[in-house]
Amino acid sequence: MEEQLPQEYGPKWSDQRVERMLGALVVGVVGLLLAMIVTVFVRAWPSFSHNGLAWFGPGGNVDDQLNAIFLSGQNGLEYVYTFHGWPLIWSTILITGGAVAIGLFCALFVAVFIVEFAPEWMTNVLQPVIRFLASVPTVIYGLIGVVVLVPFIGNHLVTEPQKASVAGVISLTGYSLLAATLVLTVMITPLMVSIFSDGLRAVKPGWLEGSLALGVNRWRTTWKIGVRSARPAIVAGTVLAVARAIGEAVMLAMISGSVGFAPNPADGLIFIYEPSRPLAPTIVKNIDQLSSPPANATLFAIAAVLLFSAALFSLTGYVARRAMSKYGAA
Amino acid sequence: MEPVQTPPQPPVTVPPTPPTPQRNPLRPGKKTDAAEGTATWAPVDRVGLAICWALGLLFCAIAVAIVVYLLVQGIKFLRPEMLWTPAAAGFSESETGGFSDALFGTLIVAVLGIALALPTGVAIAVWLVEYGRPAALARVTEMTIEAIAGIPSIVLALFGTVIFSSTALGFLSRTSEGVVFGRSFFAASAMLSLVALPLIVASTREGLNSIPRHVREASYAVGKTKAATTRRILLPTCRPQVMTGAMLGLGRIIGDTAIIVVLLGATQNFAPVEGVGFPLDYLRGAGTTLTNFVYEASPTGNLNQPQKAYAAAFVLLLMVLALNAAVDVVHRRARKVGTWSH
Repeated sequence: MEEQLPQEYGPKWSDQRVERMLGALVVGVVGLLLAMIVTVFVRAWPSFSHNGLAWFGPGGNVDDQLNAIFLSGQNGLEYVYTFHGWPLIWSTILITGGAVAIGLFCALFVAVFIVEFAPEWMTNVLQPVIRFLASVPTVIYGLIGVVVLVPFIGNHLVTEPQKASVAGVISLTGYSLLAATLVLTVMITPLMVSIFSDGLRAVKPGWLEGSLALGVNRWRTTWKIGVRSARPAIVAGTVLAVARAIGEAVMLAMISGSVGFAPNPADGLIFIYEPSRPLAPTIVKNIDQLSSPPANATLFAIAAVLLFSAALFSLTGYVARRAMSKYGAA
Repeated sequence: MEPVQTPPQPPVTVPPTPPTPQRNPLRPGKKTDAAEGTATWAPVDRVGLAICWALGLLFCAIAVAIVVYLLVQGIKFLRPEMLWTPAAAGFSESETGGFSDALFGTLIVAVLGIALALPTGVAIAVWLVEYGRPAALARVTEMTIEAIAGIPSIVLALFGTVIFSSTALGFLSRTSEGVVFGRSFFAASAMLSLVALPLIVASTREGLNSIPRHVREASYAVGKTKAATTRRILLPTCRPQVMTGAMLGLGRIIGDTAIIVVLLGATQNFAPVEGVGFPLDYLRGAGTTLTNFVYEASPTGNLNQPQKAYAAAFVLLLMVLALNAAVDVVHRRARKVGTWSH
């Protein structure tokens, strides 16, 4: 009589078969990513090919261009593709750069504090706080920005003469670079703090003890030895934060001001009160134009730029983390 | 030679070794157990420490402010009947009903999204840790997961509009006159599962990697296959990590707005597909979630009902807080189980 084996020993769950099934799934996910990259770039191609490098340059009013592109697809006329995206790109650079710069400073100090200097009760408070801030949905940050921060900036920080000085060009209502940057900073700093503090914890104790034994105080030991040997973690965290910041769409659509305008730092400090609109929120704001073929191509072109830069940054983070494991500090 | 007479030694008393500090003896101690105070530090160093304290307290203050602000506004504007009244068209906030459809939408999206992401993520992690051949494919897979984690969700959403508008996938959404609408709970959940996937893979891998080799060898030695070992030994052992990953992913699914705005249709109510049996008609239809509701009801949105936005945001925040607490509990339990001896 043949013995009845449990199902998992039968040919149905043999090792070769399981390996092949899992492998197929993995190949499928890799294929999905490749398909996504190809699809986005293929859809984006008409927009890029009509504009060439001028796509990335300045010229004209972006919002008018987007409108013309959309209408040309609706009316059965010849498709219009002319698009000069510099104001959107510049706004992305300003908001992301500002948030990451402030966030990097804050996150370094907070991570050092959590790992080295905070008393135990403070660590026990700070760690859940950081985890909480990292998990708050972006739309809640957007809501709080709209109802608290934006009116505050519009009513208390921007002065009447400042509003009057740019009245012909743009209206300063509080929807501004400043609001967007601050809220984005609060959003991405927790991400950096958690990666930084993992890196700082992984520093070899002997290195720190050697420095302490030489009579260097704990503050300088932490910064000269700890932070320096955790540099790969700092690069990785920063790069992930940049990728997250570039891709943030909904929160920025709510508080950046949604105007295709490039604030100019040469105008003086007033530029931080000026509204703008980064790349990702542009997609959200114009999402109902997908049915118009030229607008569809333009939105996919924006997505392609986002995809390219985000992929670039996250791959940099991956390489940095591999380097980190080579140093043994991971 | 006279034999050297050793004088009788007094019995050596070993002084009791001082108890080593329990908390992380490998690190130079923190402020509380350090011999060194800050009195000898240069003023610059002390300013730096002050900045640390200030920033730490600032982030605590921000978190408290967010919770307290939404708590106050939520208590002021949340009425229990909002939770079971669907949104309606109206001119004032008292006429426009509640957000029950958004609440159920969030639950549907969460269940569907995690049902897709969890098996996929665990399978990928098992393949990476237990099989991982050929090595080149493993490297490519790692990079893929890394890349998916970095892709902005708005790009995922746009990609979703392309695949779910194809005729082949028309059965997942509404079709009228041969044109596939491409926006449905199926479409949104499928793309949202990609958002949760990297977190689940990372967490499961961490769990599998923490199981030492001899555990697997013991299982092989009694004749279990690799597949059986994975299913009966490895996965049950790293269940806490899998659950942590799943809950982190759930948090991201619940909190995502861009994919919902693009792939769930711009409605405030369920829009079930006619002529289809019960659960499928809703799942193939358009809908809304809490994040989308907050976005639309905020002062910059199309509805502009800030009071309802506060109420919905409060409910959403409660969900996130509950998830955070659950992650904490699982994490603590995982640590209590103890680590393997290597």
